[in-house]
Amino acid sequence: MSTNEKNESRDRGKAPSGERVADWADGRLGIYSLAKANMRKIFPDHWSFMLGEICLYSFIIIILTGVYLTLFFHPSMNEVEYHGSYVPLQGQLMSEAFSSTLHISFDVRGGLLIRQIHHWAALVFLAGMFVHMMRVFFTGAFRKPREVNWLFGFLLFVLGMFTGFTGYSLPDDLLSGTGVRFMEGAILSVPIVGTYLSFFLFGGEFPGGDFVARFYSIHILLLPGIMLGLVVGHLILVFYHKHTQFAGPGRTNKNVVGMPLMPVYMAKAGGFFFLVFGVIAAVSAIATINPIWAMGPYRPDQVSTGAQPDWYMGFSEGLIRVMPGWEVNFWGHTLVLGVFIPLMIFPLVLVAIAVYPFIESWVTGDKREHHILDRPRNAPTRTAFGVAWMTWYFVLLIGGGNDLWATHFHLSINSITWFVRIAFFVAPVVAFIVTKRICLGLQRRDKDKVLHGRESGIIKRLPHGEFIEVHEPLSQDALYTLTAHEQYEPAEIGPTVDENGVERKVKGSEKLRARLSKAYYGEESQIPKPSVEEYKEITSGHGHH
Amino acid sequence: MSSQDIPEENLPAEQDTHGAVAVADDKDPFADPGLPPHEHRVQDIDERAAKRSERTVALLFTVSMLATVGFIASYVTIPADESVYIFPLGHISGLNFALGMTLGLALFAIGAGAVHWARTLMSDEELTDERHPIEAEPEVKAKVMADFQQGAKESALGRRKLIRNTMLGALALVPLSGVVLLRDLGPLPGTKLRHTSWRRGLLLVNQNTNEPLRPSDVAVGSLTFAKPEGLEEHDEDFQQNIAKDALMIVRLQPDDIKDRRELEWSHEGIVAYSKICTHVGCPISLYEQQTHHVLCPCHQSTFDLSDGARVIFGPAGHALPQLRIGVNDEGYLQALGDFDEPVGPAFWERG
Repeated sequence: MSTNEKNESRDRGKAPSGERVADWADGRLGIYSLAKANMRKIFPDHWSFMLGEICLYSFIIIILTGVYLTLFFHPSMNEVEYHGSYVPLQGQLMSEAFSSTLHISFDVRGGLLIRQIHHWAALVFLAGMFVHMMRVFFTGAFRKPREVNWLFGFLLFVLGMFTGFTGYSLPDDLLSGTGVRFMEGAILSVPIVGTYLSFFLFGGEFPGGDFVARFYSIHILLLPGIMLGLVVGHLILVFYHKHTQFAGPGRTNKNVVGMPLMPVYMAKAGGFFFLVFGVIAAVSAIATINPIWAMGPYRPDQVSTGAQPDWYMGFSEGLIRVMPGWEVNFWGHTLVLGVFIPLMIFPLVLVAIAVYPFIESWVTGDKREHHILDRPRNAPTRTAFGVAWMTWYFVLLIGGGNDLWATHFHLSINSITWFVRIAFFVAPVVAFIVTKRICLGLQRRDKDKVLHGRESGIIKRLPHGEFIEVHEPLSQDALYTLTAHEQYEPAEIGPTVDENGVERKVKGSEKLRARLSKAYYGEESQIPKPSVEEYKEITSGHGHH
Repeated sequence: MSSQDIPEENLPAEQDTHGAVAVADDKDPFADPGLPPHEHRVQDIDERAAKRSERTVALLFTVSMLATVGFIASYVTIPADESVYIFPLGHISGLNFALGMTLGLALFAIGAGAVHWARTLMSDEELTDERHPIEAEPEVKAKVMADFQQGAKESALGRRKLIRNTMLGALALVPLSGVVLLRDLGPLPGTKLRHTSWRRGLLLVNQNTNEPLRPSDVAVGSLTFAKPEGLEEHDEDFQQNIAKDALMIVRLQPDDIKDRRELEWSHEGIVAYSKICTHVGCPISLYEQQTHHVLCPCHQSTFDLSDGARVIFGPAGHALPQLRIGVNDEGYLQALGDFDEPVGPAFWERG
């Protein structure tokens, strides 16, 4: 090492202390290269892009409050007599899990608040993921290169559901115990291995003395551990792919337009964490959630009316409630179809939405990267499918709350159940058709706007007495934005006879793909974009108004 | 939108033909005009407005500090069991309300301050980043493929099949140990789900009074819950047992009983049915005395107690099991055996 270099390093010692720390870290972690790529990374701005942030922040809130709760919660089913400060339950027998939850709620100062923040944040987390997933779906953000991230997000949603279920089962209260019992009944319905699975899960007969401790390790370690990994992977991919953006002037598939991470998004996104946390804390201050003291400890021979799971499990509840009670007995065995079929449809409902991106990419055969979002109307079949799926989901939610619908709206529970049974098959089809029509109508409106301009509301009287409404031409920005989307041509099978007149075998999958492609992009499924010729023809002013 | 917003040239007087709008490109009227010019905010032009924004942000951060002080003060001063009346929420825990509101405010004010700062004072000029294809350049791919082939060749995995096969065998077998370890998660089911504690001679004990029941205790139209004698709440396996033993007892007019076996297994019109729903095991708790229907509040399976407890609505797959009862010498209701079929949800081995 030369003296010059030595001097230089001594000079650097005089650098501001922040820089010296950064230098130290760079020498070991290479943070400068990382910061070069990311510190001024551009993020596009759109209100719908904050939905994912809500999920991320509520996930962090859940972890923070969850760690606090573990300091006081006893995941044990040992029976104890309650002698805490909640008078109505004094002297009652209950599990330690329940009594420690009472302790958190009544004796630990702020414990109730943290419990409620934890539970509210969980509801927000799942609702946020649902809406975020729909945003990604309806704008086509799941297309290449983001399919893997779509699956990560989907897994987070599913794992979030089970983490929620195992979480609200921990206090061992009457409501959640009933939910666990339902789960036991569902497991028992599994052919051949059902009873074994149930005995292994509960350590014997239901309820046994094990499930709280087992759910606890699943709830606080196994599932959140996997989820944390997925969240990190999800975020890394968001950074790596760069964010999608809507079409607009200056926004192309090859760039990303927006504000830099430092400082704008650090302040906006960082601030948004505090906004989400603040709102959830305030909600937890004024809105009771899961008042386990009002439900009492779990006993398998007791139940309360209006027993409802948390909202995200509601669609599975709907499946189980509206299914007819089919049971098939043969050779000394029972096939409990009335429970097993709903148990199998439950994952299928979720998988239907998860595999959609792969179906669409197969139909289009499009191998390019897509960074410009679709407006939902410009992908009518996809939008219609998404709305049909949501309709399906919400019909099942109605089924899951059939008792509440009956009592709140003075309806017959039998007719609600029958409505759901029929709507399960019919409503998605109706929703599909209606949505597609609406999308096509909106496409027509866009086309009209491009060709004829915006209706200005100004009525003009022509010299010969005719009244016309003046249409105001769109700005160049709007013209570009409304015509920026691509339209696929339906895929053709091609000639079935080759040049020598020999018949070519057309695979069934190929035929199916051509049919689907026609359904997606045929004349009935999209309105051709206005062409330049059409526009010039109309705007040239020959005999048009 | 008012007419003031419409540019002058678009007003009727100015507009003789369409196409008055200037298009960037004559050939393609739909061409991308490029990023619109940046428009300044009032804070960018007027330093007083910027100062106002600065004060607003500082005020929000100050509010947050005060709220945190409020949080600590609430924690220290408000008793945990104090109930306060807050309109329109009603009587709620004062401590929870105070802590939640102060914490919420402290957090929200930080967020609001940061967002206001970003929106009004930080540059709002849009910048552009280039995207690069995610997939690698062909040269990179070729290099990776070559490296991989080199590595694979050096490992000789493809050539030395014995190593490959035994390795795959070993790796496939080793997780079995993990599976085996799960065996002791629970005992095997055996016939446990087929039996309950009920047997001949056990008295029916009223769940509420903890006293054995006499026929005279069961009034027409009432619903009584019963457990077997000797099963006490303090018992270690109480929960497992009550999950199968719980009974519903009602008295019907013997003439109303439509099912012959039900009549035979009853005593003076008193019938005992398992309280555990045959759907997924919720305890059935709602009884309609006029129709003799019972309803499970979880999934609304409805059973007709006057007709062998058959399912008349809902997702349950089979009737509730009936317990055969009689009276003993002292006039107490007693069981005349166990249920003759498994209680609760159906399962594969039920048959």
